[in-house]
Amino acid sequence: MISIELNKISKSFGPVKANQNIKLKAKGGEILGLLGENGAGKTTLMNILSGLYLPDSGEILINEKPVKFDNPGDAISAGIGMVHQHFMLVPIFSVTENVILGNEETGLANYLKLSEAEQKVKEISEQYSLLVDPKEITERLPVGTQQRVEIIKVLFRSAEVLIFDEPTAVLTPQEVTELFNIMNSLRESGKAIIFITHKLHEVLEICDRISILRAGEIVGDADPKTASSKELASMMVGRPVNLSLDSTASKPGNTLLEVRNLSVLNERQDAAVSNISFNVREGEILGVAGVQGNGQTELVDAITGLRPKLSGEILYFGENMSAVTPRKIHQIRIRHIPEDRQKSGIIGNFTVSENLILNNYYASPYSKNYAMNWSKVNDESEKIINKFDIRTPSANTLAENLSGGNQQKLVVGREMSDDVDLLIASQPTRGIDVGSIEYIHEQLIGSRNHGKGILLVSTELEEILTLSDRIIVLFRGEIIDEFGANPTPEEIGLAMAGHSRK
Amino acid sequence: MIDYIRNKFVKERFDLQEILLVPVFATVLALLIGYFFLLATGESFANIFVAYSSLFIGSLGSLNAISETFTAATPLVFAALGIALAFRAGLFNIGAEGQMIIGGLATVIVGFSIDFLPIWIHLPLALSIGALFGALYAAIAGWLKAYTGAHEVISTIMLNLIALRLLDYVLRSPIIQKEGRNDPISKSILNSAELPQILTFIDPQLRLHGGFLLMLFAVFFIYWLLFYTTIGYEFRATGANPNAAKYAGIKAGLTIVLVMAIAGALAGLAGANQITGVLGRASPGFSASIGFDAIAVALLGRSHPIGVLFAGLLFGALIAGGRLMQVKAGVSVDLITIIQALIIVFIAAPLLVKKSLPWFFK
Repeated sequence: MISIELNKISKSFGPVKANQNIKLKAKGGEILGLLGENGAGKTTLMNILSGLYLPDSGEILINEKPVKFDNPGDAISAGIGMVHQHFMLVPIFSVTENVILGNEETGLANYLKLSEAEQKVKEISEQYSLLVDPKEITERLPVGTQQRVEIIKVLFRSAEVLIFDEPTAVLTPQEVTELFNIMNSLRESGKAIIFITHKLHEVLEICDRISILRAGEIVGDADPKTASSKELASMMVGRPVNLSLDSTASKPGNTLLEVRNLSVLNERQDAAVSNISFNVREGEILGVAGVQGNGQTELVDAITGLRPKLSGEILYFGENMSAVTPRKIHQIRIRHIPEDRQKSGIIGNFTVSENLILNNYYASPYSKNYAMNWSKVNDESEKIINKFDIRTPSANTLAENLSGGNQQKLVVGREMSDDVDLLIASQPTRGIDVGSIEYIHEQLIGSRNHGKGILLVSTELEEILTLSDRIIVLFRGEIIDEFGANPTPEEIGLAMAGHSRK
Repeated sequence: MIDYIRNKFVKERFDLQEILLVPVFATVLALLIGYFFLLATGESFANIFVAYSSLFIGSLGSLNAISETFTAATPLVFAALGIALAFRAGLFNIGAEGQMIIGGLATVIVGFSIDFLPIWIHLPLALSIGALFGALYAAIAGWLKAYTGAHEVISTIMLNLIALRLLDYVLRSPIIQKEGRNDPISKSILNSAELPQILTFIDPQLRLHGGFLLMLFAVFFIYWLLFYTTIGYEFRATGANPNAAKYAGIKAGLTIVLVMAIAGALAGLAGANQITGVLGRASPGFSASIGFDAIAVALLGRSHPIGVLFAGLLFGALIAGGRLMQVKAGVSVDLITIIQALIIVFIAAPLLVKKSLPWFFK
C-alpha cells in the first residue's frame, strides 16, 4: 500500500511564511484530516503536493523514496489526485468526456476511443458504488454527482492518494453522508485520503487521524476517538473558543417584515422564488435554510430592492414597499449583509474607510454638498474598526489586502454599527475562520436580544440551527417546510433535499 | 477589455513607482529600441546622435522648446483627463477625437460669429460652448449605453466617424466657410475669442497660451472631483465594482451618462483650446488625432490626474522634439509614433521594465 510523507516542507511568499516545517504522513487505507482555518496554509500545502508549487525546502517521500514534482503532471503520475473544491468540469461535456479531458486515448487519425473510456468510467463507478452514468451530460447532474465525476477523474488517472479540498461545502447533509460512504469504500480499497476542511464534526466523524494547521505550522495531532470539537477548535484558533452560544429564548415583538405570496424571476426569466410568505418579528432570528441555489439570492435581492419582484407584496412596519431602491432600504433602517462579499459587499481596491461608508457616503456627516469630509470618515472608521475588531494595518489599507474574515467583519461592522430595525444577513460567515464566525454570531444574537429583527439566510445547517428562533426551508423557490426553535439536523436535512413532512 | 485595462492601467492611488518610475524607464527602453530601429534603417551613428540630441534640444533645450512642449501637451492632457475619468468609471471612451471636433467646431462658430463681446466674456463663452458641445456629443454614447446597453466602444467609434465627416461637410457651408475660399476652411475667430499668449513678456515668439493654465486647473479639478466629492466616489465605485455600486444605491445609468458628459466636456475643451489658442480656425483634420493619442496618454498616466499631466508633458515633449529631429537629422516623425507605441507596450508589461532595469526597482 502507498505511503506518502511530507518532511519539513516550508514555503514562503515574500515575507509571508505560508508553510513552515510541515511534517505529515498518510498511508493507504486511512483518512487523514487536515484541519485549519482559512489562511492557515492548507491550500499552499496541497498545491505543493499536487505539483503546482515547489517547496522552498523539505521533501516529499512516496513509499519512503524522495520525489520531486516540477509540475502537476509529475504529481499525477506519482499517484496523487486532487478533488477540487470548485469543480473543474466542462458543463456541456458528458461525464466520460470530462473524465478523459487531458488524458484522451486516441487511435488511428486521432480517433477518440470514447466507448473504451466509457467502459472504464463505468467500471470505476461500479467498483466504488459511485452511481454515475458515463454518458450523462455533466450540467444535468446534481452537485453531489458532479463531485463524484471529479472523484472518477482522479481514479481514472490511477491515483493512490486522494486529496479532498473542502468537499462538503456545496453539499446537502444527505450528499455529505453519501460522500462519506464513498470515502469509506475508497479507504477500504487501500487508497490514502487527505481530507481538508474547517468543519470540526466532519473530521471527527470520518477521519482516522487529525492534524491541525495554524499559521502555516502543524500545531498538533488529535485522535478523533478521544478529541472533542472544543479542543479541536481551540487548537485551530489558538485560544479557547466558545462554540455554544448563550441562547436565551427569544421575546418576539411586533411584525417588522412581512412577505406575502412573493414570486421573483432569475436572470434566465425562470421562477426562482414562487409564491412564498413569511414574516420576521422584532427580537427574533428567522433562519432561511436550503441548499445553495434554491432561490435565496433572488429572495434577498427582491426584499432589498436589487431585483424587481414578479408578484406579491413586501410589507415593512405594515407599509407596502413596492419599487424600493437599495438606497431607500438603507434609509428606512434595514441593513443587508450581502451573500458574496467579494461580489458586492466590498470594493477591493477601495480603502477600509471608503468601504465603511459604501451605503451612506452621500449623507451627513460623511459629506456635505457633494464634498467628502474624509477626516470625519476616518474618525468614524476608526470607531467601527475598533468596535468590530477588524484587523487592518490602518483605515487606509485597501480592503483587498485584508483576510477573508476581516473583510467579512468589515461588511458586518458597516451593516451593524448603527441603530437598525431589521438586518438581512445572507451567508454572514461564509468562508471565514472559526474565531470570526464566533464573533459574528455573538453580534447577531446580541442584536436580536436588543429587539432587532434578523432574517438569516444560510446554507450552513449548523449556523441556522445555532442561531435561529424559527426556521423556514427553501427548496426550488418554495417554502417546503417550517420549524420551531429546535428541530433535529435530520429533519432540516430532509427538507433541504426536498422531502416535506406534510 | 475594460477589466484588463482597469487591472493594468488604472492606479487607484498615487504610487511613485507605478505612476512615475515605470513610465520614465519605459521611455528610456523605448528610446533604446528606437535607436535599433534607426540602426536597422541604415542611419549612421553620427546621425542617430544628432536625431536624439535634437529630440532633447527641441523639447527641453531652450525656453522656446519648453514653450512648444507645453503647447503640444495642453490638448493631450485635456482629452486624456476625460478618457482617464471614464476608465475609472469602467468606460472605454474612444470618442475623444469626435468630441474634440464637435467642441472645436462649436467654439469656432461662437468665435467668429459674435463680434460685440469683450474678451473676458467672449473667450470664456467660446470655451464653455466647446465644452458643452463635447459633453452633449459624448453623452449620446453614455445614454445609448445606459438605456439600451449599446457598448460605448462601438458607439464612440461611430460617433468619431460622424464627427469627422460632419466637419468636412459644414466647413463648406457658406455660414462657416471662409469668404473667397474654395477649400473647406472656416472663418477665423475674432481676437476677442483668442486665448492670450502668456510668455510674450519674455519673448513675443513664444506660443504658449492661457490654455496651459486652464489645463493645470483642469488637472487639479478632476483630481478633486475624483477623490474629494461624492460624485467621484460614485464614479470610482461604479468602475471598481459595479455590483457593489448597485448595492450601495448608486444609479448606474445616471453615472454612465454623467461620466461620459464630463469626459466629453474635457475633450471638447481640448478642441476649443486648439481653436482659440493655436489654430484660430477649423480645417479638416484640425484635431490631428489628439483624441486618439490621448488614449495612450491616459494609459501611460495610469488614469490618475497627476499621472496624466506628466504623461501628457512627455508626449508633448516627444512631439516638439520630433519636429526638430526631422529638420536636423532628416529622421521621419514616424519614429516618434513608434516610440510612443513602444512606451505603451512597456507600460502594459511593467514586469518587463522592472526586469530589464532591476537595479532601479526594489
